[in-house]
Amino acid sequence: MPTIRVSANGEAALETRDVRVRYGDNEAIKGITMEIPRKRVVALIGPSGCGKSTLLRCFNRMNDLVPSAAVTGEVLFHGENLYADHVDPVEVRRRIGMVFQKPNPFPKSIYDNVAFGPRLYGRPPDLDDIVERSLRQAALWDEVKDRMNDSALGLSGGQQQRLCIARALAVTPEILLMDEPASALDPIATAKIEELIQQLVEHYTIVIVTHNMQQAARVSHYTAYLYIGELIEYDDTNTIFTAPHEKHTEDYVTGRFG
Amino acid sequence: MSPADSGRASRHFDQELQELRDLLLRMASRAEEQVRNALAAVKQRDAQAAQRSIDRDGEIDALELEIEERAINLLARRQPMAGDLRTLVMTLKISTDIERVGDHAVNIAQCAKRLAEALPVPEVGDLDEMADVSTEMLRDAIAAFIDRNAELARDVCQRDDRVDRYNDSVFRGMLSEMTRYPGAIVAALQMMLVARNLERIADLATNLAEDVIYIVEARTVKHHAGEVVSDMETEGEFDQ
Amino acid sequence: MSPERYSLAAPPELVARRRRGQVFQYLCLSATLVGVVTLVVLLADVLIDGVTWLSATFFTEFPSRIPARAGIKSALYGTVWLMGLCALISFPLGVAAAVWLEEYARKGWLQTVIQTNIANLAGVPSIVYGILGLAVFVRWMVPFTGGRSVISGALTISLLVLPVLIIASQEAIRAVPGSIREASYGLGATKWQTVRHHVLPNAMPGILTGTILAMSRAIGETAPLIMIGALTFIAFVPDGPRDQFTVLSIQIYNWASRPQADFQHLAAAAIIVLLVLLLSMNALAIWLRNRHHREW
Repeated sequence: MPTIRVSANGEAALETRDVRVRYGDNEAIKGITMEIPRKRVVALIGPSGCGKSTLLRCFNRMNDLVPSAAVTGEVLFHGENLYADHVDPVEVRRRIGMVFQKPNPFPKSIYDNVAFGPRLYGRPPDLDDIVERSLRQAALWDEVKDRMNDSALGLSGGQQQRLCIARALAVTPEILLMDEPASALDPIATAKIEELIQQLVEHYTIVIVTHNMQQAARVSHYTAYLYIGELIEYDDTNTIFTAPHEKHTEDYVTGRFG
Repeated sequence: MSPADSGRASRHFDQELQELRDLLLRMASRAEEQVRNALAAVKQRDAQAAQRSIDRDGEIDALELEIEERAINLLARRQPMAGDLRTLVMTLKISTDIERVGDHAVNIAQCAKRLAEALPVPEVGDLDEMADVSTEMLRDAIAAFIDRNAELARDVCQRDDRVDRYNDSVFRGMLSEMTRYPGAIVAALQMMLVARNLERIADLATNLAEDVIYIVEARTVKHHAGEVVSDMETEGEFDQ
Repeated sequence: MSPERYSLAAPPELVARRRRGQVFQYLCLSATLVGVVTLVVLLADVLIDGVTWLSATFFTEFPSRIPARAGIKSALYGTVWLMGLCALISFPLGVAAAVWLEEYARKGWLQTVIQTNIANLAGVPSIVYGILGLAVFVRWMVPFTGGRSVISGALTISLLVLPVLIIASQEAIRAVPGSIREASYGLGATKWQTVRHHVLPNAMPGILTGTILAMSRAIGETAPLIMIGALTFIAFVPDGPRDQFTVLSIQIYNWASRPQADFQHLAAAAIIVLLVLLLSMNALAIWLRNRHHREW
């Protein structure tokens, strides 16, 4: 039985109850119940195909975009089930943002990339401020403030990913979901992203999927270990990496398999 | 398919860990031998045997250096986690303690040399028993490390109490010898020193045993005068 | 045991392989040259034949029984009218259909049926469209189209090029990377917002290329236009969409079938004009495509 973490500082940001995901005949997530504490970093680790990305995408209803995906169970956000009938996934995605594995800036200017989100909801009068604030939060402002109208595609990989983070922050989400955000980047860019995560967690709840155990050990407060769609263990990062309770977990983190 | 079946993804690392463990065992048995030989030299008042012991201490120091180098190398290259991490970090601590055991064996050998030239002293029975208990503690602590036997390790920790009591009785015994026969002061002092070194060796064996408990159970156990002073499971930062 | 090879020069079997590759290379080149040479010869023939007949009067005069006084004014205007109306009709219809098929339609049997039918329609002979146009636009919808008018012709030709346009647009839309869509949805955009701000702008170069293909086919169509009643000898230009008309391709056909040598020259000259129009349209589409590209 996995160790279920009760949130350490009050209300949980997200709570899943027996969430299951099927792609056609294949059950990718087999009943996961867990809590994501507010303003903490939770890392999802596990070997390839264990369902960590699938689980992450349940948190902002991105699985809706896959026609063959069927999600059952509940995902509670402020007590409200994200998958209830009256809930609009578009509104969910505004409150729960996502950053993807391969940086995917729009082929527009840097300014327009960050401004895209706020512009969806009308013409905010303080758009320039919003853009600057988001870029500062993403530790990118100083590097791009003089070339806001240049194409985003001219930035380096690490800068592009920080731009994607700024873009996600521009709509002021509460939770930031990150799907292997640094796996396509070189070590220096990776370190910058990890540094950024440590800063962002003061204001946002962050859930990060990573296949890099050292990264999980470096940035997260809590770590959940998944294996073939099941939650094997979920505890403080310190415990998971120095003295895990499950042998399965120990074998994985010591590199005995996967 | 359980993780253990799918084949070790890190066979080289396992091999490296095994080699390090073997080195540590070699160092430990060498230290054990040094203690035995030094104690024998004391009993037989054999100055030459004692000198041979002293000369061989360099081997133990060399082993400690090699273990340290390898362990740090593994930490850097392999970023071990969980059980591997605990084992590796404790290996460093244990090798330091075993090197000190070696030093205490050298001290005992030096006492043997001085005893060879001094007047004989009546046997102090407790010293023999103290030597037995101490050397047994060392041997069992090493066995607990080899077999990852936390129960045996805990048992070793309990025996430290007896050794301390033996130390006190030898001290008192030698003190009364010295007051009765002033000529025996030199010899008696050496006996007291031997006892003190044995007491230290027993302490080091206890440390070793506590380190074994950490490796196997991830519990930090601290013993003092035979009592468990603290017994903590590894805690996360956010446990309430 | 064979001796060690130290030299990096090509061994015999590599030389043989190379030679086989070269033979293949030359075969491909010959195939290309066949097409290129034919094209060059045709163009040269047309140019030699007709360039001297490209006078000012050629453009300002209406067709006449007297070659020296014949011009393409009505045909030229008719072609421009037809192409313009066709573009206005088929472009929005085609792009909208492609968007629906790629972004909104549920991938089920209905979508497959529609998709297959569009692909089939692309291969239907143009004369069939002519018959359809005659029945529907010229006869049935005569109060709206005014019968044998340029709007009827444009509607007919639009139907003709629509399948090609739809398929090409679909390809272009499909080529927009899923990661862009995901990023857009992830920020809380609706499907329509995603299509409008990301899918269509990024697909536009491909869509415009598809439009070039479609228009290039349309500009040369003769049979269906004859069917719906484009006249071969008119001495006026269309004032509105409901007017009667003729097009360059029909005029060329008309002149080319006359026995007099002078009319052959006129036909050649008209062909040159048609080619120039075609190339201009292509250039315009390429310019539009590049303009979109430069913005990113």
